[in-house]
Amino acid sequence: MKGEREFMKGNEALALGALKAGMNAYFAYPITPSSEVPETLAKEFGSPKYPEFKSFLQASSELEAISMVIGAACTGAKVMTATSGPGFSLKQEGISYGAAMEIPFLVADINRAGPGLGNLGPEQTDYFQATKGGGHGGYRNIVLAPNSVQEMASFPALGFSLAFKHRCPVVILADAFLGQLKEDIVFPTISTERFETPWATTGAKGEERHVLESLHLDFVDQSNYAEHLIEKYEDIDATEQKSESYMASDAEVVLIAFGVVSRLCKRAVNGLRAKGVKAGLFRPVTLSPFPSGELKSLVDKGVKKFVVVELNAGQMILDVRLAVEGKSTVDFIHRVGGLLPASSDIVRRVEMISR
Amino acid sequence: MTTLQGSATGEYEVKLGRLSSLTGKPTHYCAGCEHGTLTRLIGSAIEELGAREKTILVESVGCSVLAHEYINTDAVSAPHGRAPAIMSGIKRVRPDLLVFSVQGDGDAVSIGLSELIYSAIRGEPITVFLVNNAIYGMTGGQMAPTTPGGMVTTTTPKGRNCRETGGPLDASKLLAGLEGPSYVKRVFLPVAPTSLPDLYSARGPLEGAKSVLNAFKVQMMGGFSFVEFISTCSINWKMSILESKRYASETLAKIYPPGLYVDKMGVERK
Repeated sequence: MKGEREFMKGNEALALGALKAGMNAYFAYPITPSSEVPETLAKEFGSPKYPEFKSFLQASSELEAISMVIGAACTGAKVMTATSGPGFSLKQEGISYGAAMEIPFLVADINRAGPGLGNLGPEQTDYFQATKGGGHGGYRNIVLAPNSVQEMASFPALGFSLAFKHRCPVVILADAFLGQLKEDIVFPTISTERFETPWATTGAKGEERHVLESLHLDFVDQSNYAEHLIEKYEDIDATEQKSESYMASDAEVVLIAFGVVSRLCKRAVNGLRAKGVKAGLFRPVTLSPFPSGELKSLVDKGVKKFVVVELNAGQMILDVRLAVEGKSTVDFIHRVGGLLPASSDIVRRVEMISR
Repeated sequence: MTTLQGSATGEYEVKLGRLSSLTGKPTHYCAGCEHGTLTRLIGSAIEELGAREKTILVESVGCSVLAHEYINTDAVSAPHGRAPAIMSGIKRVRPDLLVFSVQGDGDAVSIGLSELIYSAIRGEPITVFLVNNAIYGMTGGQMAPTTPGGMVTTTTPKGRNCRETGGPLDASKLLAGLEGPSYVKRVFLPVAPTSLPDLYSARGPLEGAKSVLNAFKVQMMGGFSFVEFISTCSINWKMSILESKRYASETLAKIYPPGLYVDKMGVERK
């Protein structure tokens, strides 16, 4: 990678990464622990470094913000918003409409502890809401789970390209820890790729016009349209699964974790290996589509024990169990309330399980 | 193309016949409903401005949710009440486009009041047409924020009790109290009964035509424009069409006096 090393927070990296990916507009409502995203963008708005960045606006509410996102995205613009738990709930309305109207945009959720107001610490409790639709009606988002400040910087470009390729909302699900964590990063060579948007509403030319809507009163119309969405999600499932493995090839017990927890688990794997336990790590990068194909190949290689580690009461573990199909045991370690498990705790628990 | 002209000077004009800005499809609106009238006025104004190829209709949730079936421009549908926010998003990245919404009273001033007020406060260069028929039409006649005290609806079977529900909301007055809007006007849209039996005045639709055109002009000059159309809903008011026109002129127009509330750019003087 080229470029200079920089030291910054995950939220700042997300903001600058989006700008370097050619973002045209950002609309959001402030909420901790995501506020550095709009603060960083407000500083950069109008800078000659980012001529594509045409609009920055603080909305009066999360509902207004996500609707502004929809409006700008309908014209084919690259648009992002960022929020956290309580705001993510309110944004589900617009995400459902965006999925239905098949328009591309990015939503970052810097997951704080919940439910309700909760607190400002990290959790992964929005996994269901992000990966299973979250709003009304049957739809699915593509969900990316960064695990470093470096990835907070590079995932907006990845997110835009997936959103425009499949014409759907893409969620970047990070936790409060990643948003606030400061690390050394190098900005990757950023693409400011322009995507083809023949569907965009930018004024009817001649006979041809575009209507982006979500109403299909005729039952057969709605059925055909829903089948089209299902086909699209199957295509995404078949082509976009992404994961990383660490020391998994000869492992007898494999930890499964995403986001900041995957970093702790990597450390735990090293600790376990030092004690002679053949441990490995499987880290989903896309939470939706869930990388079940790659996980299945570990099952096929003979991994008998999986241990899922999450900052929730057990959400991703359901997708793991579906992928494993009962062929291996799946144990669970969790921590909630804004606290992280210590790597040494994970080591101790895995030693007990693998005995 | 023929035109319908009003006043001795021909100041108000509606283009009749087939227009490129209208699909020509018969509307689903009920007989006597002003939504159909407004569709024609909008088509006429877009035609007059030659703006069809840069216009985006933003559909609300309510009777006008199918407006794209009749208005032949690009269109986007908004979640309930959010049309002004959708229009703000469009204009922030594409200021060259002309955007407008047709919203009912429930959409614009109940569930979407916040989006309407904030887009007005920001003075977004957008146009909101509010069809105020004092009731939820599409969902079958429930109480709206603009329902007059005493009116019987399916959710106020004994008549609206303002001590319980609060009183009717005056959207034009509310927006006129803000600094942001450039053009706020309330128009009595229905044809109105006169003192002569079987003679009705078309002054409302003609005044409406002028207001739609002026609202678009204000947006093109960079201002926020809002026109509230007092309208009828004979089906849900449980009246004949003629009774509904009488009720609108005798009762609604008293609660919601038509008039020019804000005209910062002086379009009505020109």
